[in-house]
Amino acid sequence: MSLRSSAAIAAVRLVNNASRWSGRGSGTVAGGRAGLKIDPDLLAWLAAGKRVALVSGTNGKTTTTALLRAGLEATGVVVASNATGSNMPAGHVAALVGARDAALACLEVDEAYLGQVVDATQPEVVVLLNLSRDQLDRMSEVRMLAERWRTALDGAGATVVANADDPLIVHAAGTASSVVWVAGGLEWRDDAGACPSCLGAVHFDEEGPGWSCGSCGLKRPDPDWTLDSSVAVGPEGRTELVLRLPGAFNLRNAVMALAASSTMGIPSRSAAAAAMAGVADVAGRFVDRHVGGTPVRLMLAKNPAGWSALLDTVAEDEGAVVVSINARTADGADPSWLFDVDFSVLAGRRVVATGDRWRDLSVRLKYAGVPHEVEEVPSAAVALAEVEHGGRVDVIGNYTAFRDLLEAT
Amino acid sequence: MSTLRVAVVYPDLLGTYGDTGNGIILTRRAMSRGIAAELLLCSSSEPLPEADLYCIGGGEDGPQVLAADRLRADGRLTEAVERGATVFAVCAGFQIIGGSFPDAAGRTHGGVGLLDVTTTKGSGPRCVGEVAVDPASSLGLGRLSGFENHSGVTSLGQASALGTVVAGRGNGAGVAVEGAYAGHVLGTYLHGPVLARNPDLADLLLRWATGRTELVALDDAAELGLRAERLASVGC
Ligand SMILES: [Zn+2]
Repeated sequence: MSLRSSAAIAAVRLVNNASRWSGRGSGTVAGGRAGLKIDPDLLAWLAAGKRVALVSGTNGKTTTTALLRAGLEATGVVVASNATGSNMPAGHVAALVGARDAALACLEVDEAYLGQVVDATQPEVVVLLNLSRDQLDRMSEVRMLAERWRTALDGAGATVVANADDPLIVHAAGTASSVVWVAGGLEWRDDAGACPSCLGAVHFDEEGPGWSCGSCGLKRPDPDWTLDSSVAVGPEGRTELVLRLPGAFNLRNAVMALAASSTMGIPSRSAAAAAMAGVADVAGRFVDRHVGGTPVRLMLAKNPAGWSALLDTVAEDEGAVVVSINARTADGADPSWLFDVDFSVLAGRRVVATGDRWRDLSVRLKYAGVPHEVEEVPSAAVALAEVEHGGRVDVIGNYTAFRDLLEAT
Repeated sequence: MSTLRVAVVYPDLLGTYGDTGNGIILTRRAMSRGIAAELLLCSSSEPLPEADLYCIGGGEDGPQVLAADRLRADGRLTEAVERGATVFAVCAGFQIIGGSFPDAAGRTHGGVGLLDVTTTKGSGPRCVGEVAVDPASSLGLGRLSGFENHSGVTSLGQASALGTVVAGRGNGAGVAVEGAYAGHVLGTYLHGPVLARNPDLADLLLRWATGRTELVALDDAAELGLRAERLASVGC
């Protein structure tokens, strides 16, 4: 170990301990930042000799990372992972310092940092889930991200496990030396209407998942992995998926994770799937909890594609719903995207709008034809939703709204 | 007029940030007054249909160029305006209906030419944030609130400014003005579903499109509450 790297690792530990003791956060990111300041190559140094899997995309990163980690751990090995969702290099450093003996690492990566993290960690597998609009006032445009991924994967030597249903992902994976295609689903087509390669019109089949560009011929690759109701169908056969996480989109995430663990040579698909079945709590999402005595199911959706998937999942429920919207820095300052989400599926249920931006949400619900009540304070909104109704309340928040509600449970 | 036709232009290319919302809001506000209305989502691979009111949204650089090319080749938007149709364009849509705008590489690209404005690449930082605008008095509107996110700088030729910037950047070409209008064509950098905050602007467009001089008042407490809160957030 170089003197500089060992000093950097010591700094990570020191800052972690200090911020834990002072009660400020978990310390993970602060420690990682301190380490990177002393040794900018610390991430590369820590990842050297490890078998690394990276997971990126607009939606499903945290869940897919948790599922893949569970699948990899089914072999009895220790896997380093940034389970708290700190998905930038400082978070990766902290995760690797926290599990120095791990032979494997499974890391969630922010879309904008994928190139940098691929260069530093020389991954064996890169899982690319989907790309769609997300906080446009601070994130790069999705097409630009796809181009940057394309450049990063060119010559990287990693096997890419990629979603064949998303034209932006198919374009991004086009430079990889080896690709495993998965029918990963596409919740949101509006960012893929113009071909990511040539801007021609992309035609989606009326029925079935097929799509193709009328101009350059880019089209959906034949997937190596598909989903047949709840069975993952891969090159070596069928694997039943029994998840505790709800929704079709989580089944798709599980197929992506299973394809990745198989690519990394995990011997038993059924053992990996069984381990994934044990994943119940992904950073507090989907778990039954209580807010001020009211039973709630807490859910997170950050962007139109995520909301669309989540609203499909809760569409069959009948209980009360609380929707909480913030527009703080981590959420993006502009909630215009509310009009990209079809909230009309909530009509007929008791709905309460809350969060910092309850007024924006209230106007949106009004134009979606959803009668609702408003309550500025989220915990009071949950109590209001339960009145005269009882039963479990579905609570959906965007990023910081979800985080605040989670802290209130 | 039998049914008011509201067309959302090319949502497959121009719909970056909830822009379809303007079409939804206009249609609903017409129907709330008993005016039959129809919302048309017009794909860029089809000829543009006939409509009374066209909404044009924002888009990324590549799709913006493509949308301008397809609109010019199609020609129907210009014909519709000549017949008296109303056009409401936001952000990249505003740039497209002008004379020219820069593409991703900074080269000048021709617009549809419905408004006498010209957009060039800005040299300063991207304009991102809340905007407050005092509209031209002839429009008879209250103070407008919106959110902008653009790097282009737009200079006015013969078109009038939509209003004076009170907070934020607006067109960004030296003078603190925002947007532009001429006849029944109106463009603005207040992007996305800006009509959600500005029901009086929505009703101005509806009066233009229907030819009615009076519209039944609606309960806009939620919209006006949102506008007041957003204006207050920038000290207006
Ligand atoms: Zn193409």
